[in-house]
Amino acid sequence: MSVDQATVRRIARLARIAVTDEEVPHLMGELNAMLSFVEQLGEVDVTGVEPMTSVTPMAMKKRVDQVSDGGYPETVTGNAPMTEDHYFLVPKVVE
Amino acid sequence: MTDLTHMTLADARDALKAKKISAVELTDAHIAAVEAARSLGAYVLETPDQARMMAKASDDKISKGVAGPLEGIPLGIKDLYATKGVRTTACSHILANFVPQYESTVSSQLWRDGAVMLGKLSNDEFAMGSSNESSAFGPVASPWTPPNWSVEKAKSVLAGDKKGLLVPGGSSGGSASAVAAGLCLGATATDTGGSIRQPAAFTGTVGIKPTYGRCSRWGIVAFASSLDQAGPIARTVRDSAIMLRSMAGHDPKDTTSVDRDVPDYEAAIGRSVKGMKIGIPKEYRVDGMSAEIDALWTKGADMLRAAGAEIVEISLPHTKYALPAYYIVAPAEASSNLARYDGVRYGLRVPGKDITDMYEKTRAAGFGPEVRRRIMIGTYVLSAGYYDAYYVRAQQIRTLIKQDFEKAYAAGVDAVLTPATPSPAFGIGEKGGADPVEMYLNDVFTVTVNMAGLPGLAVPAGLSSDGLPLGLQLVGRPFDEETLFSLGEVIEQAAGRTKLPEAWWV
Amino acid sequence: MNAIVDTRTLDPKKLIKGATGDWEVIIGLEIHAQVTSHAKLFSGASAEYGGEPNAHVSLVDAAMPGMLPVINEECVAQAIRTGLGLKAEINLRSVFDRKNYFYPDLPQGYQISQYKSPIVGEGEVIVDLPESGGQITVGIERLHLEQDAGKSLHDQSPSLSFVDLNRSGVALMEIVSKPDMRSSEEARAYVTKLRTILRYLGTCDGNMDEGSLRADVNVSVRRPGEGFGTRCEIKNVNSIRFMGQAIEYEARRQIGVLEDGGKIDQETRLYDASKGETRSMRSKEEAHDYRYFPDPDLLPLEFTQDYVNELASHLPELPDDKKARFIKDYGLTAYDAGVLIAEQDQANYYEAVANGRDGKMAANWVINELFGRLNKEGKDVSTSPVSAAQLGAIVDLITENVISGKLAKDLFEIIWTEGGDPRQVVETRGMKQVTDTGAIEKAIDAVIAANPDKVAQAQAKPTMIGWFVGMVMKETGGKANPQVVNDLLKAKLGI
Ligand SMILES: [Mg+2]
Ligand SMILES: [Zn+2]
Repeated sequence: MSVDQATVRRIARLARIAVTDEEVPHLMGELNAMLSFVEQLGEVDVTGVEPMTSVTPMAMKKRVDQVSDGGYPETVTGNAPMTEDHYFLVPKVVE
Repeated sequence: MTDLTHMTLADARDALKAKKISAVELTDAHIAAVEAARSLGAYVLETPDQARMMAKASDDKISKGVAGPLEGIPLGIKDLYATKGVRTTACSHILANFVPQYESTVSSQLWRDGAVMLGKLSNDEFAMGSSNESSAFGPVASPWTPPNWSVEKAKSVLAGDKKGLLVPGGSSGGSASAVAAGLCLGATATDTGGSIRQPAAFTGTVGIKPTYGRCSRWGIVAFASSLDQAGPIARTVRDSAIMLRSMAGHDPKDTTSVDRDVPDYEAAIGRSVKGMKIGIPKEYRVDGMSAEIDALWTKGADMLRAAGAEIVEISLPHTKYALPAYYIVAPAEASSNLARYDGVRYGLRVPGKDITDMYEKTRAAGFGPEVRRRIMIGTYVLSAGYYDAYYVRAQQIRTLIKQDFEKAYAAGVDAVLTPATPSPAFGIGEKGGADPVEMYLNDVFTVTVNMAGLPGLAVPAGLSSDGLPLGLQLVGRPFDEETLFSLGEVIEQAAGRTKLPEAWWV
Repeated sequence: MNAIVDTRTLDPKKLIKGATGDWEVIIGLEIHAQVTSHAKLFSGASAEYGGEPNAHVSLVDAAMPGMLPVINEECVAQAIRTGLGLKAEINLRSVFDRKNYFYPDLPQGYQISQYKSPIVGEGEVIVDLPESGGQITVGIERLHLEQDAGKSLHDQSPSLSFVDLNRSGVALMEIVSKPDMRSSEEARAYVTKLRTILRYLGTCDGNMDEGSLRADVNVSVRRPGEGFGTRCEIKNVNSIRFMGQAIEYEARRQIGVLEDGGKIDQETRLYDASKGETRSMRSKEEAHDYRYFPDPDLLPLEFTQDYVNELASHLPELPDDKKARFIKDYGLTAYDAGVLIAEQDQANYYEAVANGRDGKMAANWVINELFGRLNKEGKDVSTSPVSAAQLGAIVDLITENVISGKLAKDLFEIIWTEGGDPRQVVETRGMKQVTDTGAIEKAIDAVIAANPDKVAQAQAKPTMIGWFVGMVMKETGGKANPQVVNDLLKAKLGI
């Protein structure tokens, strides 16, 4: 499989990465190089093979239902580019 | 001075304990070495004040007889590890001046055990790379000089764009370079596809990627969650064993970390390897493997045989699919893991006309080309209509890769011996220009180990005909790092410890 | 995912009349129910409603670099309990997936949810229809656990949105129904019933004002007998009443479009309660591609059947079981039983009154007197001025013939406003019914003596006895036992 320029733009949009017109053909070439590299996986017979979900098989540990964290809005917002009254500020979102 | 920075971690530890040296003088010697080596680019942030404070506290503890196992040992920390109150960037513009208010579990265990932090070490941006050239802080030079380069030439290039100097490997290139150049006694590193073992092999140092789940991932910037593991790079097998003991352990904050006692890895050093069965996987004899690497591999097998191990040929039939499968799984996870870098809560923000524009501009400006490329490919393979063909298939192949190893281990193999890299270090600016895959091939021997979640140790085994370090890789059963340390030390002893380069950069 | 099956047979009464004929509306609901827990699904931060901005937020919830999720065991238990309450299949192994999209109140850039393997599979809810009567069964497709998003305020500034992550990471159960509802009434009744079940189980408080229960409503229309039409999803409706209105509007909108020869676009819509209409929410070119994949930070969620059984053994009596028991043990009508079990504390109150007493009489008093009065005053049983013990005592006094039914209502009123022990109040206020035949006879004699003409009339027309009863009651200040009065009058008048 290979991607065309429109697909490159669609993927960039999904990934929220701005791409310029000049970058698109270049990116397309690189992505297609990677896709042709992974093409060989098609040779492998994977019928009946479980896809790996956890490489080290074990039971998932769980947390007890206790409030043990939070209560530090300064820390949460301390690295933010834009805040007010411990809110994060972003360009207005319209629905 | 030079003596103090070229001690092994074990020797420094013993000297500190015996009060032959103080933690402060050991740290000061390292601070001076780090300052003198800035041109290598290994450190992206130096924390000398913090280092001196920690060293002083260590001397105090030593004098009171309450020293920890790493008391007073100066270490460098890969910039992927969150360090409380100390800028942590993953060497990406997108994290800008991010200062975490938390300490990664692994580094906090090092401080718990008395280690001293010298600063933060460079890496490929978000650990994506095999040459440390994608760091937002610029490339890191290896302390090893290219064959036939004069010190003058090396110094003048180092002062400029570094092109042609050797890469230290990646992504833990800052860690490897610093350890090899005497800028710390050991360093933390991370390994997703070979990022500990390949730079160790390139710089004549020792690196171990432990079993997936052995070290907590909490507080380490994620690249590919199912593959990432923390581990040390150090100058000897023993040193790496000492460090791993402090770094490993269960962390309730990481569901994928294993609740299992941490053995005294150092005790495995010098243990007999007699009767151990060492597998030589025939599929690793890849097309175009250089005679030099082939010879090194054979030499390594001979060393182990001489120590009483039995060498058997084994088959790991899905080996060749590990790298392509990796280049689906790792970017897919990364595309999701890196979605949080959106300019809202921390890091870089580039203003935009609306929220989407802000996201797109921020992420285009914040991520370097390699990271953008991987996010794109990861986004593509997970997208509607392609998920099964790419991601699910890659994860099925992962299962097959793991089963290959399981079969070998079930047949009595104790460890697998392979080359660590297909070549010695290459030059800065030499690879990955047009075709990204060229660079990816660096990880062809190491990546299978991440795909299967196994422990892998890279140990120097000799020099190339050009006089550059070459490493071998030992792959163990899950959680059997001890066997790797025992075997690694056999190779280290037999090959003779690689003599690290003199400080030509000063 | 299972193929969609139409489980209903056509009910002509539920059809909507269009300009060109009848239409059937098909409704399926996705309910987001907030799990009752102290802490969030994957972090130790408080799940409590409200709080200062970003105060109920941990480093995990803010998606700081290197942070990892660790699941809250109680949230898992709550999902299993809910699954059991929905008579659903519990999956001993389920998987958490990442749903990837960018939004400022989604800090990780993905929501941890369950996509291919949810914790709970198919189940069902039996729903009584209060308005049209009858009962329907609504199939449950699945229930899965997922994280809530944060909250953005859009009205604080003309150019900026304010983001608060307090809700971010709170545990939700998404309960997906099959498209089994055929009217807005059915949808409202289903949500009401589901909420009752959740409250009984204690797994969700069902508080729609605080967003603990939100509905995404899938609506489509079709000609009777045809296959399912294209559906629209109305997002985040946060009241049962609005949901009913939204369905009515949306069904008629779709019918209008189709009757005009148009076609329905599958889209997400929003209900604007102030205008009473739905409108398209997202532009069509912004197609979503969530790129679901198993979250590599989490292992599969696995537990044993023993664990499920253990949770099942501690489950409270569920509404349907309680209703059946009330009908059987207390002789109630299905309607009365249904009213009483709608809220658990109402049912408990009723049982406290009914215990050892006449169940029907207790139901009468609880439903008609108590609920009527509570309703009028905007109170509920938890704030009722009349306790179950007090109401029980009133019922006892009636049964023991100490007071008449009429006086009992006065007594109820006194207890409501002034409190006190009903028995004592009857005593001190002299409200006791007079059963002493001597005193009653005296009163009867007086009435007969004063009204000889009426006596003759009554002897001719026995129904006239009612007039005499009234007079005697008046004479005795309402305290005479009406049965005794009646019996004695009959004898004295010879009728
Ligand atoms: Mg939904
Ligand atoms: Zn949902």
